[in-house]
Amino acid sequence: MNHGIGLAKLRSFVQRLVAPIDGPLMLIAGLLLLLAVGMMGSASPERLNTQLINVAVALVVMRIAAQVPPQRLMHLAVPIYLAGLLLLIAVALFGDVSKGARRWLNLGFMRAQPSELMKIAMPLLLAWYFQQREAMPRLRDYAIAAFLLLLPVALIARQPDLGTAVLVLAAGFYVIFFAGLSWKIMIGMAVAAAAAAPLAWTQLHDYQRNRIITLLDPEKDPLGKGFHIIQSTIAIGSGGIFGKGWREGTQAQLEFIPERHTDFIFAVFSEEFGLLGNLLLLTLYALLIGRGLMIAANAATLFSRLLAGAVTMIFFTYAFVNMGMVSGILPVVGVPLPLISYGGTALVTLFIGIGILMSIHGNRMLVQK
Amino acid sequence: MEFKNPQQELERFRTRLVVAGGFVLLCFTLLFARFVWLQVVQHDYYQTRAEDNRISLVPIVPNRGLIVDRNGVVLARNYPAYTLEIVPSRTGKPEQVIDELAEIIDIQPKDRKRFRQLLEESRNFESLPIRTRLTDEEVAKFIAHRYRFPGVDIKARLFRQYPGGAFASHLLGYIGRVNDKDLEKIEAREFEANYRGTEHFGKTGLEQRYEFDLHGETGFEQVEVDAGGRAVRTLARTAPVPGNNLTLTVDAELQRIAEQAFGSRRGALVAIDPASGGILALVAVPNYDPNLFVDGIDTQNWKELNESPDKPMVNRALNGAYPPGSTFKPFMALGALTLGKRRPEQAISDPGFFNFGGHHFRDDKKGGHGMVDMYKSIVHSCDTYYYMLANDMGIDNIAAFMAGLGFGSRTGIDIDGESEGVLPSQEWKRKRFKKPEQQKWYAGETISIGIGQGYNAYTPIQLAHATAIVANNGVVFRPHLVKHITDTRTGNKTLIEPQPVRDLGLKPEHVEVIRNAMVGVNKEGTGARAFAGAEYVSAGKTGTAQVYSLKGAEYKAGSVKHELRDHALFIAFAPAEQPRIALAVLVENGGFGAQAAAPIARQVLDYYLLGKRPQAPAPVDEAAVEEDAE
Repeated sequence: MNHGIGLAKLRSFVQRLVAPIDGPLMLIAGLLLLLAVGMMGSASPERLNTQLINVAVALVVMRIAAQVPPQRLMHLAVPIYLAGLLLLIAVALFGDVSKGARRWLNLGFMRAQPSELMKIAMPLLLAWYFQQREAMPRLRDYAIAAFLLLLPVALIARQPDLGTAVLVLAAGFYVIFFAGLSWKIMIGMAVAAAAAAPLAWTQLHDYQRNRIITLLDPEKDPLGKGFHIIQSTIAIGSGGIFGKGWREGTQAQLEFIPERHTDFIFAVFSEEFGLLGNLLLLTLYALLIGRGLMIAANAATLFSRLLAGAVTMIFFTYAFVNMGMVSGILPVVGVPLPLISYGGTALVTLFIGIGILMSIHGNRMLVQK
Repeated sequence: MEFKNPQQELERFRTRLVVAGGFVLLCFTLLFARFVWLQVVQHDYYQTRAEDNRISLVPIVPNRGLIVDRNGVVLARNYPAYTLEIVPSRTGKPEQVIDELAEIIDIQPKDRKRFRQLLEESRNFESLPIRTRLTDEEVAKFIAHRYRFPGVDIKARLFRQYPGGAFASHLLGYIGRVNDKDLEKIEAREFEANYRGTEHFGKTGLEQRYEFDLHGETGFEQVEVDAGGRAVRTLARTAPVPGNNLTLTVDAELQRIAEQAFGSRRGALVAIDPASGGILALVAVPNYDPNLFVDGIDTQNWKELNESPDKPMVNRALNGAYPPGSTFKPFMALGALTLGKRRPEQAISDPGFFNFGGHHFRDDKKGGHGMVDMYKSIVHSCDTYYYMLANDMGIDNIAAFMAGLGFGSRTGIDIDGESEGVLPSQEWKRKRFKKPEQQKWYAGETISIGIGQGYNAYTPIQLAHATAIVANNGVVFRPHLVKHITDTRTGNKTLIEPQPVRDLGLKPEHVEVIRNAMVGVNKEGTGARAFAGAEYVSAGKTGTAQVYSLKGAEYKAGSVKHELRDHALFIAFAPAEQPRIALAVLVENGGFGAQAAAPIARQVLDYYLLGKRPQAPAPVDEAAVEEDAE
């Protein structure tokens, strides 16, 4: 009897534990994590254990996020955003300088990178903002939203951290886009941006300009700035259709690929698993994004819809920018391959996103009228 | 009309989602297209680049060929040793690194100097030795501290070694580190691939001339390297082929005895096998230790060698040009017979001088030799006979005949940089001088040519070569040092020079006259004291070459400074009837030939023909001065 009760208790505990978790999303993320473990075993086996711990932490965080109802998230939006903004200002004033960039804030007990927080805080705040203006957003509302977006982006870009700035900007832009910014304005802005590009060029740091020059012609400086891109394209190209096999990639194993466990892990993957591997990876990301967009389509409130849509598109931005830069069609900015690159911070951020998607999906019926 | 329509709102949102999804698909398609481009279309190109990245060809330098004498005595070999080497492009400031290294390993100022010199001459990214010949203890010490010194490593290398030290250095030559000039030679033959990794190149002597035989074929190792250039594993290996070995015609023991015979005197000796042109000994003293040059000579030694008044770096046998003095007389006599200007028995009366246009050309013997025929003219070295003969022959006849004996042109010995000497003729003078009044040949100038003075100047090897031609009855062989080259892989021997170059067509009876007279020199003439008691019949001729113009004053050996004393010369061949060796000896500022040069020739012939080893350097026979003044 006792035994039966215990089993029933365990079953109900497990049920409660997995209840907020979305099956399809978890399956896709799980497959990507499997690839991540496999890749870490090839690119940097000595980091495998650390990354497994990172994965465990991220999954716990995801589970917690999945339980937080969207209503509650909405209340948190403003405080989190303000906290992030303050921290960014603190970084600009008192931050530690590492590798020529002021990105880290020493809190005494830990070093924090507040820009990372903004990747989630930004869509949260903007989704909250448009929820408040649900009636019918006017042009003025979009302008205010743009200001709320550009303030932290500018702070991050000045650190300088172009990669994170791009990601935060994109995350915020997706909210504005999904909120219904008119096509005319978007096209107008695109034209204006193109016109302003020469001006922006003068505002860039030398190393940022170099990255763009390098993208256009990496062979110009094969041992210097172009080295990363040349070596990663060689890795991808030499992988061929079927790849060289797990841990058989010469570019990766002989250390020709720089940053091969973090930003350039895609080159390792691509060399060892070839075009077919790439196709699998693109498919998994497409499925993940597809599931996310579906969740957004079915979300209960405007806030949930906008948040789900933006969070989903963050995955796309990560994946596209990373693979684009490693394969040499986008400039090198510090963006990891989502769920696969080594590192705890990005992983936690991404799994918070997945948790939020799960929460929105779990709450799709509850608030609906 | 603004009012809220949730359904319409939702529709618009979903449209945007579809747009976003479409955008995602578009971007992913773009990525996929890029992957197809890289991984399918351009795959071969990137495959090659990845292989180029991964595989490095590391040259394996072949062992340099050995040089051995005719009996197999090793004159140049290789031995393995450890060196401590620095790659300056990887270490930063070499001086600082060397200071730190000096704390662990003994580094002398001369090592630093040599390194600095190498640094200036070196090609980029070369590994340069700071210390050579490390002891096992030093190797162990460095390995314990290696982590502190990136770009510094121990290498096991084969070193060239000349076991005899300064012995035979002028014929062996030496190797040194490859410089730009050597690179040009390598490139001219398109041997760049075979010289990848080679750091040494023959600079002088046989090492230079036979560089491409001695070098061998470079092997290659295909190694997998990582991005840092460290070798990870070996994929394939092509073994190097060692260089070919040179076997010389030289007899090392004879060479040693000849060198020692000079004692501390300066000079040269060339001994040739007349029947083949093979050189038995080629001495130029003082010589130098070629081992000093192998890894870059330090400035101290370099300075000493170059600034020494004895000029040890000059190969006197090939590059010293000296008037032949009376050693010229047998060749003059042979020319007279061949051209029909004299018969052997034709005698002249020697009053002790020859009057030419009011100018007295004096004979060394006051009052003259009396009636002198050809035999006596050679045996007693009568000047007047040759003054007259030269005048009768004329300069251009002399020049033409002497050219046949090899005077005034390179003998073609297998060492580079041989001098031509000076064989004067009317044409030579026209070319030699610029002013018209200097270009004219005066008949008076021909007179002193007859006794081997005047403009003419020949290298010791030319003198030995001419002697060998006479000894060989006018059949000319090119003098050479290498007997055969042995291919180390197949064991095949390539014989050098089996064929005679030309035959002068001398009449045997004419050669016989000269031979007899030269035998007479060593029996009863100017060479008799030096060859007293010899157990073989030898032919010889003494000679004395003026360094200092006496301008009519009488020469007294004691009264002039050493460096202005006459050069002593001697030519000889033996046994007279079946010559096995012909030689020429020169002793700089040695005085009379009979005094200084003939005793050296005696020691050399005694060893070569009888196996007799001298106890001391050849004596200077002061008494020979008075007995038979030349």
